[in-house]
Amino acid sequence: MKFTNYHRAQSLEDAHKTLQKDKSNTIVGGGLWLKLSRREVDTAVDLAGLDLDLIETTDKTIRIGAMTTLTQIEESDTLRQIASGILVEAVSEIMGRQLRNVATLGGSIIGRYGFSDCITPLLALDARLDFHERGIVSLQDFLTEKGKVDDILKAVVIDKTKAKGYFKKVKKTAHDFPILNVAVVKSEDGTRIAIGSRPAVATLAQAAMDHLAAATTIDKKTITQAARIAKESLKYSTNHRAGAEYRAHLAEVYTRRGLMEVNGLED
Amino acid sequence: MKIEMNINGRKRIFDIRPDELLADTLRRHDYTSVRKGCDTTSCGVCTILIDDEPVPSCAYLTVRAEGKKITTVEGIAEEAERLAGCFGDEGADQCGFCNPGIALSVHALKLSAKAPTEENIRHYLVGHLCRCSGYQSQVKAIRRYLGDTT
Amino acid sequence: MKKTKTVNQRIRSIDGKGIMMGRAAYTDDVAPKEALVIKVLRSPHAFARIKSIDKSKAEALPGVEIVLTHEDFPRNPFTRAGQGYPEPSPHDKYALDDHVRYVGDEVACVAAHDEETAEAALKLLEVDYEIKEPVLDFEKAKGHASIIHAEEGIHEMFPIGFEPEKNVAAAYHMEVDDVEKRLAESEVTVTSSFYTQAQSHTALEPHTVNARLDYQDRLVLYSATQTPFHVRRILSQALEIPLNKIRVIKPRVGGGFGGKQAIHGEMLAAMVTMKTKKPSRLTYTRKEVFEATYTRHPMRIDMRLGATKDGRITAIDCYGLSDTGAYGEHALTVFMVTGSKVLPLYNKVDAVRFHGDVVYTNRVSSGAYRGYGAIQGNYALESAIDMLAEKLGMDPVELRQKNMIAEGETSPIFEIMGEGTEGTAMNMETCKLDHCVKRGMELIGYKDKFPRREIGNNKLRSVGMAIAMQGSGIPYIDMGAATIKLNDDGFYNLLVGATDIGQGSDTILAQIAAEELGVDVEKVVVYSSDTDLTPFDAGAYASSTTYVSGNAVWKAAKTMKKRLIEEAARSLGVEVEDIDFRGTSFKSKKDGEELSLSDLSNTLFYNDDQKQLSVTESYYGTKSPPPFMAGFVEIEIDKETCEYEVVDYVSVVDCGVTINPKLAQGQVEGGIVQGLGMAMTEDVKIAANGKLVTADFLNYKIPTGKDIRKLTTEFAASYEESGPYGAKSVGEIGIDTPPAAIANAVYNALGVRIKSLPITPEKIQAARMEKD
Ligand SMILES: Cc1cc2nc3c(=O)[nH]c(=O)nc-3n(C[C@H](O)[C@H](O)[C@H](O)COP(=O)(O)OP(=O)(O)OC[C@H]3O[C@@H](n4cnc5c(N)ncnc54)[C@H](O)[C@@H]3O)c2cc1C
Repeated sequence: MKFTNYHRAQSLEDAHKTLQKDKSNTIVGGGLWLKLSRREVDTAVDLAGLDLDLIETTDKTIRIGAMTTLTQIEESDTLRQIASGILVEAVSEIMGRQLRNVATLGGSIIGRYGFSDCITPLLALDARLDFHERGIVSLQDFLTEKGKVDDILKAVVIDKTKAKGYFKKVKKTAHDFPILNVAVVKSEDGTRIAIGSRPAVATLAQAAMDHLAAATTIDKKTITQAARIAKESLKYSTNHRAGAEYRAHLAEVYTRRGLMEVNGLED
Repeated sequence: MKIEMNINGRKRIFDIRPDELLADTLRRHDYTSVRKGCDTTSCGVCTILIDDEPVPSCAYLTVRAEGKKITTVEGIAEEAERLAGCFGDEGADQCGFCNPGIALSVHALKLSAKAPTEENIRHYLVGHLCRCSGYQSQVKAIRRYLGDTT
Repeated sequence: MKKTKTVNQRIRSIDGKGIMMGRAAYTDDVAPKEALVIKVLRSPHAFARIKSIDKSKAEALPGVEIVLTHEDFPRNPFTRAGQGYPEPSPHDKYALDDHVRYVGDEVACVAAHDEETAEAALKLLEVDYEIKEPVLDFEKAKGHASIIHAEEGIHEMFPIGFEPEKNVAAAYHMEVDDVEKRLAESEVTVTSSFYTQAQSHTALEPHTVNARLDYQDRLVLYSATQTPFHVRRILSQALEIPLNKIRVIKPRVGGGFGGKQAIHGEMLAAMVTMKTKKPSRLTYTRKEVFEATYTRHPMRIDMRLGATKDGRITAIDCYGLSDTGAYGEHALTVFMVTGSKVLPLYNKVDAVRFHGDVVYTNRVSSGAYRGYGAIQGNYALESAIDMLAEKLGMDPVELRQKNMIAEGETSPIFEIMGEGTEGTAMNMETCKLDHCVKRGMELIGYKDKFPRREIGNNKLRSVGMAIAMQGSGIPYIDMGAATIKLNDDGFYNLLVGATDIGQGSDTILAQIAAEELGVDVEKVVVYSSDTDLTPFDAGAYASSTTYVSGNAVWKAAKTMKKRLIEEAARSLGVEVEDIDFRGTSFKSKKDGEELSLSDLSNTLFYNDDQKQLSVTESYYGTKSPPPFMAGFVEIEIDKETCEYEVVDYVSVVDCGVTINPKLAQGQVEGGIVQGLGMAMTEDVKIAANGKLVTADFLNYKIPTGKDIRKLTTEFAASYEESGPYGAKSVGEIGIDTPPAAIANAVYNALGVRIKSLPITPEKIQAARMEKD
């Protein structure tokens, strides 16, 4: 990315105003993904120094600031406690330490990247996004929207409920985008399954979740059925990393394994 | 625009473009150890330390380094020399293009973790691609350097 | 073997410290600050004719110094391949041409005062293309209606089967006895086709060059190259600059693997500097390295084996089709190695045939890459051997043991196949393959682990193996020379044309000289390589440096020793026979008088019959003793998803004496992991329009330190009489076995045979579905 002006925002309001001054103006999170883009921008708006890099807890929720780096998440004891630490696990598998020291959570969500290893566990955790202008929007809804985001993401909010979680990233090497990723979270409210990098952006395996919700007991059989539904009800496509068929196969296997694990069953 | 940072213990003021990236700034000012191996933040060659944490300087905006503590391998000469000895003993140095970056990450690991295991080392350094060594000798050398003699 | 103090000892590399500390060393580190920055306009089309290039807007941009197109270059065809002369590669490339033959081919270049301006100028170049139909499928290339090289003037240097009108860059055929007949007579046969993919070298230092004119008005190029002398020769021929007006300096090089055994940016930098009289620099972006340097030659290999029921292999037929891409660099020679450094492994056959074509396609050029054809052939042959063992109901190791080449034996192939021409007959004076196999079995625990074990959790562990051979330089072609110069105080300069590209050759050559001269390694100061200052060397390729250049150094050290003894005898007033040479001193056996090397050299410089002692010796091989190895892999594989990882890779290697055991181990392990990359994840992919998809490290996946966790490497006790201190080569042998070993391990785990590389979990899974 090339830009002419750099503006370190004094406040969110200031950031928002600057953003609106020119169509090309852009928020900089960690700046890593932006660096790869060929965009030419008038003003880059830096959110550093606005205390958006904090992980705060209340009684019921955890609020992760949009400028929190992936390393901060990886090293957060608070987040390690949530749903078997799936967010921590997912983040720790993203590239190397250098990258995680700079990449931000906000930057990882706003682009609705298909490959995202952050979005999949957050979707299973039923995360909410707190925007400067729009306020709270569920991640699930946000992912179905299209187009450029003109708002500023302040934080990602998740519940502190007791839950068991499972995350799996399938990749070629330890330093790779996912071929597919699966997150499963089981709490008192039920089971949520998110499947990402199909290669489209993560989505809930709603039909599989419904199947489990309707079942009287959850055993190997219902789980196997749910996994099959996850495979059959979602769309998987081919790109140079993997074919649709293999992705669908992986989705079934890891959905089953995830469900077995969060239900304390031996596969 | 002018910006000030502390590089290897010295205050430096540079005149930069707003969208300049730190690797370019440093290289222009003769920190030759900072080299680039890719254009996509994915090889580890350009790694430097900012406030003692490894960062890909090829993607880090120079303006953001304002007031920060920057370390290149020139700034940890003694440590690098000792690590070089361990690399030498294990036959881990080949082309060496990735070595300064690795030295900095190893230094940061040493600062941040008490007694890193082999697993910790491999995890911490996964962002440093090496096409020469096959990695095993590097890991052995780093363990030797960190005082792990097992 | 006599006791050595320096050779075969654990000596630290002589340059590791300065490199780790970040000292200026590599080509771009030494570029003049004021150098013009060169950027290259590359073709967006796989095949097109350039109708016109309008450079007026680009030239008018402030800060732009020059724009070069094909009209600015003399029209001399050459080959970029850095090989012996005359080259066995066709002269089919122009510095810039009015045709572009792959996406990424050079169209024009701009030199400007800074990078931004150069890039902006590229966008202002207006090129009008006439798009032609590209040939992207190498199996359809031969005889395709679209002819990739129809231009005038291109030619072969000697017969290599060059038929550009059929899109054939080279062809080869050889046969011993009657293969068809022997196969027909065989009790058991195996027939199968294998595909190997393009692989990228990915040396961490991108291709880099800078040029300047010195005060004698000579062109000085600093280049990250494996072959400085070939670069000088090719530049001179192509640009019509007298050879004596060119100096090529190779600074520290950040990895090569064959990718820098060629001319890449040198032509453009040289021309920019010649025309502008200003220094210039060109560093390839990573994308350019991927898109527009070299890959390994993709191949299809059809393998047919015949055997008796009791497991004697009687016939091997190997047909190959190799894809050289847009230009024919290394086309024939890589192809021949697929036969010549693979098929002799089973030398007891009655009949053997190797034949096939190397075809042009509209993708990036293939070129030299560590393994150089042998890895492709090895994957096919060593997969087929396991298939044969299964058919025979024999253990695959036993089948190999029964048929593989052994010490003292030979193969007719050595005499038939050489570097594009005939080869050289030779016996295997050293071949510890039997030990390598036995020891490898022990180290991996073959008896307990073959073929597979259930380990629970949906997982299996299995083992697989392969054997391999390579060469040590090219006999009668590759020459290396070394100069040793004595200095006052009694230390030496060792000047070699041999190019250290990170493999540590400066260190091991210093060790060889130090050993012979009886001094510590620090007393031998190495300089490599500079066409003005160092003697000739063909360069770092073909596993030649230790053996060929090492022999030259050894010879030079011996001659220096002789000269020193003469001088010491003169100085001490005794006969040469009376001198006891002790490295740092000389003692008269007659009267016990002692003279230190330091005193002798000081006297030679300042006091008595003054002279500079300096010797140069050269060496070329009269044979190419192959290193051998056995590779055993244990993998852990998920039965459902077919994802797998390497648990351990055991290498037992016979490379003669290891001059530096740790550096030799580094060569083997680095090779193994590159080979595993090719076997498992690396895959150069192009889109339907010929555009490269895997043009960065995000999409082209090489192994990381977390992927391959255990390598077990051992060397067989071995002493090659013809090598320096008993050494053979070790630069390439490591890379050859992983593809077949992995393929065999996967088969042993799940019963599916993957016949194309890389062996991805997805392919395994698909093969299993097909099988059920
Ligand atoms: C080499 C490489 C490999 C990667 N591999 C993976 C991987 O395997 N898995 C994975 O999940 N991710 C991967 N990523 C993505 C990475 O984890 C980050 O998600 C990505 O770099 C974006 O984060 P950033 O902080 O750099 O964002 P930036 O580049 O700064 O911003 C990205 C976008 O978000 C916008 N933005 C940023 N913050 C805000 C905000 N607070 N409010 C509104 N808009 C905002 C920006 O304007 C921009 O459009 C990889 C990235 C790179 C560079």
